[in-house]
Amino acid sequence: MAQIRTLDAALDAISDGTMLAVPREQSGVAMEATRALIRRGIKNLHLVAVPTSTLQADLLIGTGSVAVLETSAVSLGELGPAPRFTAAVKAGTIAMKDATCPAIHAALQAAEKGIPFMPLRGLIGSDLLKHRPDWRVVDNPFGSDDPVVLLPAIKPDVTLFHAGMVDAEGNVWIGRQRDLLTLAHAATTTIVTVETVTDRNLLDDPALAAGTLPGFYVEAVAVAPRGAWPLSLPEHYAADAVHLAEYARLAATAEGFNKYLDMFVHGRRAA
Amino acid sequence: MAAAPPNDIRDEELLAAVIADLIGNARHVAVGNASPVPATAALLAHARGGGRPYVSLLGSRRQFFTDGGVELFDCAGQGRIDVFFLSGGQIDGEGNINLVSIGDYYHPTTRFPGSFGAGYLYYVVPKVILFRTEHSRRTLVPRVDFISAPGVSPANVYRTGGPFCLITNRCLFGFDRNRRRFHLASVHPGHDVAEVIEHTDFEFDLPDHVPVTRAPDPESLRLMREVVAPELAEVYPKFAADVFGVGRAA
Repeated sequence: MAQIRTLDAALDAISDGTMLAVPREQSGVAMEATRALIRRGIKNLHLVAVPTSTLQADLLIGTGSVAVLETSAVSLGELGPAPRFTAAVKAGTIAMKDATCPAIHAALQAAEKGIPFMPLRGLIGSDLLKHRPDWRVVDNPFGSDDPVVLLPAIKPDVTLFHAGMVDAEGNVWIGRQRDLLTLAHAATTTIVTVETVTDRNLLDDPALAAGTLPGFYVEAVAVAPRGAWPLSLPEHYAADAVHLAEYARLAATAEGFNKYLDMFVHGRRAA
Repeated sequence: MAAAPPNDIRDEELLAAVIADLIGNARHVAVGNASPVPATAALLAHARGGGRPYVSLLGSRRQFFTDGGVELFDCAGQGRIDVFFLSGGQIDGEGNINLVSIGDYYHPTTRFPGSFGAGYLYYVVPKVILFRTEHSRRTLVPRVDFISAPGVSPANVYRTGGPFCLITNRCLFGFDRNRRRFHLASVHPGHDVAEVIEHTDFEFDLPDHVPVTRAPDPESLRLMREVVAPELAEVYPKFAADVFGVGRAA
């Protein structure tokens, strides 16, 4: 059952080599926790960005924290390419497991159900399939001459995300961001940062319960106000567009990226 | 040389109006992230169709999805999405699209963000409209370096969808799935066939007569500027301001 801890204590389950699953930008990204992981000097993560990522993956890649990246895309959205991701792939310093969005979802659903794989349409004839030796093509056993791709389950060691509120039982309000349910169900351990703690039990009201991740699945919770900053937290606050544009500008070079880290990752520790 | 478009019609308006015509009488059009012109087109089709098609704009409030990111793909897999838009860092003459990299996959000279949903949606959405504003020999190539999704598939591969056409800043190509080729369907006002040939590095069918792309009628322009633009501003504030002047100081 979830316990409310300090941010640093809550992150103890994440260590070098962890398979870490994180959600797409609009589902609630734990950016304060990500900065804390970078300050710890985390290394060799197998990062699963479900199914895409923006600033979070770019920061973790730029700081050398990621060995393997499994995702469908990393960019800065309307601000263009994610510069540290692009540089790392070109330099060959991260191992890519390129996917397509529904493949990531389906492989997590397999883990959620405790089954070894999930079939998925599409993919046949693509170079995504060619570069994924872990994906197989079989003939549909219920049809004939009907090739279909099988994806092995993705079972993350840890799922990490940011949400609006938690109650005293560790139940987490996720609203309509139901990707987070699958992420938590699939992972061995789930760590959540939240804006606030609420007095009421989120499971008592059916309207709220339908948008709640039960605390049963959650290992640790930490309160981190504006913990998705500079990204948005839907229904709470918008992205910090000025800051993100500054990131895109600085991260275009390794020197600029280090300057960004000094100002906004390492520098914030003393703040 | 065809006549240039009237000065008061912007390129984005022309492209959006053409795409709105291509959408036709669809039930459900979905538009991915960072696609302001297709979003304009879908909302124009909606405004002209009296509520049809239903338009899902990803990344906005204009979507009904309550089952997370997977619901779009589940919807598409069941045939519940009729039209979608894809692009590519490279697109080739067989309709293959590349959203991954240029050069060797393990040592690329250019890396793009990644394939997003293309490795699935290209197979299961009946009408995929390819949209690439940069029409050049760099983008329209004989063979893509990486196939994020193929334009056509062998007969035994389950496939209910695929490319329908490719629209660029210069012209509209139609795609013939049986012939695995594009044909030049129309050239936009202010551009000509020789220019299209010069800037296209894949082979395509060239009919004897290539019409000029039809400019938007006054009612479509009015709907885009008065009805679509304010709604577009929620998701694409910069685009709505630059193209339609939405949100500029009154």
